[in-house]
Amino acid sequence: MDKIIEVRHLRKVFGNNEVLKDINFSVSKGEVVCIIGASGSGKSTLLRCLNLLEYPTSGEILFHGVNILEQKMSNAVYRTKLGMVFQQFNLFNNLSVLDNCMVGQIKVLKKDKESARKTAMKYLELVGMVQYINAKPDQISGGQKQRVAIARALSMEPEALLFDEPTSALDPELVGEVLKVMKDLARSGMTMLVVTHEMGFAREVANRVVFMDAGVIVEENVPEVIFNNPANERTREFLRRILDQ
Amino acid sequence: MQSKESWRGAFCSLAVVLVAWWLISWIIRLPIVPSPVDVFINIGQDFFTKMENHVLYSLGRIFGGIGLSIIIGVPLGYLMGTYERVNRLLSPLVYFTYPVPKLALLPVVMLLFGLGEASKLIMIVLIVVFQIIVSSRDAVVNIPPEIFRSLQSMGASRIQMLTEIILPATLPEVLTATRLALGTAVSILFFTETFGTEFGMGYFIMDAWLRVDYLDMYGGIVVLSLMGFLLFTLIDVAEKRLSPWR
Ligand SMILES: Nc1ncnc2c1ncn2[C@@H]1O[C@H](COP(=O)(O)OP(=O)(O)OP(=O)(O)O)[C@@H](O)[C@H]1O
Ligand SMILES: [Mg+2]
Repeated sequence: MDKIIEVRHLRKVFGNNEVLKDINFSVSKGEVVCIIGASGSGKSTLLRCLNLLEYPTSGEILFHGVNILEQKMSNAVYRTKLGMVFQQFNLFNNLSVLDNCMVGQIKVLKKDKESARKTAMKYLELVGMVQYINAKPDQISGGQKQRVAIARALSMEPEALLFDEPTSALDPELVGEVLKVMKDLARSGMTMLVVTHEMGFAREVANRVVFMDAGVIVEENVPEVIFNNPANERTREFLRRILDQ
Repeated sequence: MQSKESWRGAFCSLAVVLVAWWLISWIIRLPIVPSPVDVFINIGQDFFTKMENHVLYSLGRIFGGIGLSIIIGVPLGYLMGTYERVNRLLSPLVYFTYPVPKLALLPVVMLLFGLGEASKLIMIVLIVVFQIIVSSRDAVVNIPPEIFRSLQSMGASRIQMLTEIILPATLPEVLTATRLALGTAVSILFFTETFGTEFGMGYFIMDAWLRVDYLDMYGGIVVLSLMGFLLFTLIDVAEKRLSPWR
């Protein structure tokens, strides 16, 4: 299978806090991989390292087999290949919904306005936000913001999307609409790496679930095994705690 | 000026001032308080023959001083807002000099830089620049770091972070700071123009005073006030234009 991203012996140290310790894993084309784990286990840091928002302390990140830490490809070009969706949406509040989805295409990909608009509209349609293109982010709900953020990431036409707890900042009644968009995306064959606490989503959509604890990948497997018959005691303990809530 | 209402407020207070002025002049009937009507007629007659040049000089100094302050203050503020180390180095300096009444520094500035244009510009800069430094620094600090991440994650360069995020987020604050500093800047300008120059509204007003030409003196004061008001409004309008999200 075509591995889009592969991580080898990745380490990230903040001061004397080793947040990621020898991480190895990969995401193949069309796969949906969910990362679960307790707060502080290093999930966000891993995602940020993948996108070079944090620079790894050591290890390799291979993009289609090429180690991007050796600067064979410019960081900026590489970043455009991976879209990112954040917990706090991080929309540009001074721009309309449509402009949010166009600014990256125009400024970074140097597309002309018309084709940027077309692409943006295509993905805003996909997430069901076409009626709101002229709204400002503070005029729409959290769930709508996150859908716009997804459309914004898709508008860059990346090869894979990274989600960092995309529903954790949402009111419970708004989680569903975002998860539905993500499920549709997964079904359409989008490659996705999703940090989430939504075990239902992971169980239903993921091809693979990765359980992280204290900076290491403790266990990874298909969701049936992780959720029904995990190999590791720490995985079992974590799931018991989270499913109890 | 947010709306018609604030414009109406401005006109009302202007009317009150003019009526009061007219009443006083009518009661006193002395040349030291000429009637506003005479003063405005005098302005109409004198503006393009006598005052124009002085107005241009004063405007030039104000724009020069504000421009220099922005050129110096904004990058410094950005550096302080972005790099904690620069902030730690410079903020004591800023805070120690902030409350010093800048007018008290005038003799020092004139000793060091002479009586010419340099001193006049430097005095304005001294007044405006600190507010600009502090407000642009705070504006940068107040941008949520995630906003940078989201643009960065799309592959934007550092320059693009500056033009797409930092500039739009800080420019309105910088303009507000400028607007707030403007009043003091105009007073200082007036003061410095009474030394070592024969151009500028400060000179014009003091010269008229010495010549006992009260019509010109009052005319100069009115024109200087109008200049201040015009600049204030100009910046205000620019602020509104630049900050559609507020
Ligand atoms: N920029 C940073 N500087 C220093 N320490 C950091 C930084 N970012 C993260 N950490 C530390 O790294 C550890 C892992 O953080 P991370 O945000 O990756 O965890 P997480 O698994 O995403 O947790 P959560 O579920 O709460 O989001 C934490 O102990 C955190 O304090
Ligand atoms: Mg996290």
